[in-house]
Amino acid sequence: MMSESRRITVQYFAVLREESGCSEEEVNTPATSALELFEDLRQRHGFSLETDRFKVVVNEEFCDWSHPINDGDTIVFVPPVAGG
Amino acid sequence: MFLMRLTPLDGPALQAELTDPAAGACVTFEGWVRNENEGKEVHQLEYEGYEAMAVKEGAKITAEAREKFGILHATCVHRVGHLDIGEMAVWVGVTSGHRGEAFRACEYIIDEIKHRLPIWKKEYYTDGDSGWVNCEACASHAHPHP
Repeated sequence: MMSESRRITVQYFAVLREESGCSEEEVNTPATSALELFEDLRQRHGFSLETDRFKVVVNEEFCDWSHPINDGDTIVFVPPVAGG
Repeated sequence: MFLMRLTPLDGPALQAELTDPAAGACVTFEGWVRNENEGKEVHQLEYEGYEAMAVKEGAKITAEAREKFGILHATCVHRVGHLDIGEMAVWVGVTSGHRGEAFRACEYIIDEIKHRLPIWKKEYYTDGDSGWVNCEACASHAHPHP
């Protein structure tokens, strides 16, 4: 039986970069959606902000939390923005 | 067009790139670092950006402005890194045939930039505290995105 594991690159910015201690990590995950992956990372790293504070970018496109994640994807969880 | 820069922004040089013989108006906006936010005294800022997405989304915004307002050219440049009080954080420039659409497009661009671009601001306060703007964790309901 094959265990379904996806190799995903996660990039961290701002508050997530500080709380994870890194700008990028490669994870092997059984998660099938952006939401599942984030919940897992949030627990692992102890992120302080609730999930619904973030937007999701997969392969440089904004998408929603239910977006499926595939092997080789790059994902960024975008904290509340404050540019300009 | 949208760019992110680590070095100080040169307004006049950026404006010169927007010249067009069909332009009767040029409107520019500069966002400066001020010394106070929500009652706290700020002594320095740090901006961080997800450059690939900021450039992509920023280009979309300036293209939207051209489409909506019928302007000739629009550019926005955002500085990232550590900035002192009084330094320029963002520059927006618009040229068009007439001034009405130039003013409206410039306002549209900076408003959209602030809402949509993956750029974050960390404030360093004179009391030694610091924090990422809009990123306070709170026990009750989460705040909506700005």
